[in-house]
Amino acid sequence: MIENRPGLNLLAHLTLMLGVAIVALPVWVAFVASTHTATDFMSGTIPLWPGPYLVENYARMLDAGVSTSGTPPVGTMMLNSLVMALLIACGKIAISITSAFAIVYFRFPLRNLAFWCIFITLMLPVEVRIVPTFQVVADLGLLDSYAGLSIPLIASATATFLFRQVFLTIPDELTEAARIDGAGPMKFFRDILLPLSRTNIAALFVILFIYGWNQYLWPLLITTSSDYYTIVAGIKRMADAVDGLPQWHLVMATAMLAMLPPVAVVIGMQRLFVKGLVETEK
Amino acid sequence: MASIILDKVGKIYAGGTRAVGDVSIDIRDGEFIVLVGPSGCGKSTLLRMVAGLESISEGTVRIGDRVVNDIEPADRDIAMVFQNYALYPHMSVRQNLAYGLKNRGTPRADIDRRVADAAAILQIGPYLDRKPRALSGGQRQRVAMGRAIVREPAAFLFDEPLSNLDAKLRVTMRLEIKDLQRRLRTTSIYVTHDQLEAMTLADRLVVLNGGRIEQIGTPLDVYRRPASTFVAGFIGSPAMNLIPSRAVPNLPGTAHAGIVGIRPEDLAVDPSGPIALDVIAVEELGAQRLVHGRTNGEMLTVTMPAGDAVPDRLQLACRPGATHLFHAETGQRID
Repeated sequence: MIENRPGLNLLAHLTLMLGVAIVALPVWVAFVASTHTATDFMSGTIPLWPGPYLVENYARMLDAGVSTSGTPPVGTMMLNSLVMALLIACGKIAISITSAFAIVYFRFPLRNLAFWCIFITLMLPVEVRIVPTFQVVADLGLLDSYAGLSIPLIASATATFLFRQVFLTIPDELTEAARIDGAGPMKFFRDILLPLSRTNIAALFVILFIYGWNQYLWPLLITTSSDYYTIVAGIKRMADAVDGLPQWHLVMATAMLAMLPPVAVVIGMQRLFVKGLVETEK
Repeated sequence: MASIILDKVGKIYAGGTRAVGDVSIDIRDGEFIVLVGPSGCGKSTLLRMVAGLESISEGTVRIGDRVVNDIEPADRDIAMVFQNYALYPHMSVRQNLAYGLKNRGTPRADIDRRVADAAAILQIGPYLDRKPRALSGGQRQRVAMGRAIVREPAAFLFDEPLSNLDAKLRVTMRLEIKDLQRRLRTTSIYVTHDQLEAMTLADRLVVLNGGRIEQIGTPLDVYRRPASTFVAGFIGSPAMNLIPSRAVPNLPGTAHAGIVGIRPEDLAVDPSGPIALDVIAVEELGAQRLVHGRTNGEMLTVTMPAGDAVPDRLQLACRPGATHLFHAETGQRID
């Protein structure tokens, strides 16, 4: 903005505050709910200020879980989610950066076809191919395993495309200089490409970690053993109380806990994340 | 240290386009060769073929006593300086210099010594631990040259290394490159489109046009006896006047030629001179001025000392023996 009028500033700030309020209110309500007992929420009025049961509720969730819904303690589910999200994020990055490397730097027959095949898979997210994918995973005996949770989600056209664009911005002279300097393809990849895509890798990691963490349908489908429940799918199972009222205070406490790792990743990698999305100069 | 011999080298691209044809150059050990020509003349392609970055479609390239046609760039024992420097942005200057040596398995102590030597020669010692982005254009240029020097290669290849610098820095760096090459005595091939750079740097010039060699010779040879109208018009600033001989009927000894070439500085005002010039425009350059005009309908440029006002009509004489005669159709020199 070039204009600098106080009225305009005020309006801008009000709009932003309203936006924040809209986004933050449900989170606040969830937090408040997680600090009360179950009955407080069934009484008709929703409390808007935290109650006294914060420590008790969270300790119970972390320690034991809700036995009535058959879910393990939150700690186990968080660990499962973490393993899945990390496997998905790292796997996606590793696979897509190497395929982008192949597509950009090697002249092999049907190179363009290969690229477009990868690109077309954008049209086939898990939800579309869920039945055949389930069949494949079941036949391979991967149900109830970390491999089953992550491998079907690892291929990524978006990330391949992103790395392709990043590699295309790296000047040809740099590649040629490396060739003259005696760097073979793999050395070039390790010494030049990887460090130059560092910020992009970080940005992508943040996005993919959250994507992996938020997986709901797939883990719900292929995990039957509570040892492999993930937190997001677990919340759903908790809310499905079979004989009785859902224990909202505990569900909300779990939801609050489930939010923490993605938030930590975003905050921890904020600087690199923004740089990776904004920076264009190589 | 090595000679480089190009024998009937040609480049044909996949689409069938011919970029370079029938180029033979015999570059002696320690010689500074400048490939010069307008953009698109194939000079960069030729250099990249010597470097191994482009495949060689025809002919052979020898570096030292090896034919290098099928040898990888890294194994050709050459170092290249690129137009945009091509420094690795994530490495410090020191790492940039050392990278090629490290890849070749040079011992650590040896690398340190060579990097220190190169840094001393190029006066980039204080910047060794900076990243390229923290350096100015001239400093980056020095680092790019340093990367070539540390390798102690058989030949340096320069691809328009000064064209990203401002005019003043270009002159300084030009001198430094010349001085460096004189001290190291490394065979060098230098590509430029700037004829002034070509003249000042070269031991021998190779003037290229349309993928073919127009002339090879020392800068003064090329300047004094251009082999064709193309070379005549390209080398020298302001450019040589090239006019049909019928436009200067009174000039002695030119009647049989199709095209007469006269350098602007070889013309002088002389009331009894054979050429009458109708002045159109005057460009003041400070110490001298360029006078543009027409004689018998043909454009002609004259260099004159700065001074009094220029009249509308001038009589000019040509310095004896300073005319260049060319064939009307082929443009080849005939005298």
